Amino acid sequence: MVPNNFRYTKTHEWVQLTGDEALMGITDYAQNHLGDVVYIELPVVGAKLAAHQVIGNIESVKAVSEIYAPLAGEVAAVNEGLNNSPELVNQDPHGKGWIVRFKAAGKAEFEGLMNAVEYEKYLEGLDK
Amino acid sequence: MKYTRFHSNHEKLGAKMIEFFGWNMPLEYKGIIDEHLAVRLRAGLFDVSHMGEIHVTGKDSLAFLQHLTPNDVSRLAPNQAQYTALTTPQGTFVDDMLVYCLAPEKYLLVVNASNADKDYAWVADHASKFDVKTENMSDAYSQLALQGPAAEKILQPLTPVPLAGMKSFNAAWGKVAGEEALISRTGYTGEDGFEVYTRSLKPGVIWDAILEQGKSAGVEPIGLGARDTLRLEAKLMLYGNDIDDTTTMIEADLKWVIKFKKGDFLGRDILLKQMEQGVSRRIAGFEITGRGIARPHYPVFHDGRQVSQVCSGTYAPYLKKSIGLVYLPVAAAELGTVIEVGIRDNKVPAKVIPTPFYKRAETPAQG
Repeated sequence: MVPNNFRYTKTHEWVQLTGDEALMGITDYAQNHLGDVVYIELPVVGAKLAAHQVIGNIESVKAVSEIYAPLAGEVAAVNEGLNNSPELVNQDPHGKGWIVRFKAAGKAEFEGLMNAVEYEKYLEGLDK
Repeated sequence: MKYTRFHSNHEKLGAKMIEFFGWNMPLEYKGIIDEHLAVRLRAGLFDVSHMGEIHVTGKDSLAFLQHLTPNDVSRLAPNQAQYTALTTPQGTFVDDMLVYCLAPEKYLLVVNASNADKDYAWVADHASKFDVKTENMSDAYSQLALQGPAAEKILQPLTPVPLAGMKSFNAAWGKVAGEEALISRTGYTGEDGFEVYTRSLKPGVIWDAILEQGKSAGVEPIGLGARDTLRLEAKLMLYGNDIDDTTTMIEADLKWVIKFKKGDFLGRDILLKQMEQGVSRRIAGFEITGRGIARPHYPVFHDGRQVSQVCSGTYAPYLKKSIGLVYLPVAAAELGTVIEVGIRDNKVPAKVIPTPFYKRAETPAQG
């Protein structure tokens, strides 16, 4: 079961909101589908994000996948550890494999994303 | 969708399956990196039953194959194989392949899955002027590959065929796990290893026996994902990426396969001219020196101008860097030449380096 306090996008990003500080990454479903992650293109600190905009790329051996901003905001920090250890995304996608910390523009958008139950249902629909 | 006779073995192992040229094949089991390293360090078992097989038999078999291929088929005694190609009259590729001599006047061609039907049609069409019979045997054969330094140690207890003295590109018929098979010391990974061809209708016992026998040696099942990264590290060509009907054998750096003295063959005139007069472009290996991963079709720049596109490109799990192959104008194909690979909005620096990118250490026992 995916973390209860996160919200989820249809493109398999998760986001956690504490006040106006947001943390995001990709879900376990996404890392499993990607396979071994070998490279990540991270946004720059200070970059402005628009919801559902491409903010970077995550590459497995076989494919390149886009990372989408789950919410609008401004990048405060990126997980530099992923440059040397991209496999963290596979090993701990909801924890040590976080990708971007950012200042969220508003809370309403967060509420509009799928919660854990809705995301699990969404995943069931995909695998049929 | 076509299924190999090992399909249930893959399902049992929880393989991630994909469609590959009409075949349902395993892409990966534990993961591409794990599988790649398993082959380099221990051993890996591949289902390669999707490959195509063609029998050529009859009085004119040798002459026919000499006409169709650039290597010298007369060098093959029974139970010997060679790497070669089906060439067009322009010296380009219909496919690359292995030719096995099974007996005088009986040959087995092993071709790429992607070209199996095309190759059979080509061979059959050209056979009309020769006293030969050609048969598409692709559905009859199943094929496994066991590759890695532990391959011989794992396979020997399962077969009475003596493997220690079997030289590279040699073969023998015998039983493997009780099933009649052709074992050859060949492969597509750059490691020592064997390929096993069988017409058994229940070859799954061979798969299970190898995984069981190889447990203590650390054998792993390997999917198509790692098959591709392994062969690229070893600079083995992939039709469709690195060679096709627009690339000549000389441009593809496969001159060593051509035996001009053996006599005429399709494409000989053009290839001889290219060998004597040179070509304008040549395939080269490169490594990314900046940050990023090169992939097929990414643009390649030299001195600021786009000159080509990546043929094959990936992250190499054993070498731990991104490598690739590209056709470059001959001046730019020199070792050390700095090029750039266009990766999305960036021009990422790369360098022409020697190939093969990976070469296994030779042990004294090998021929």
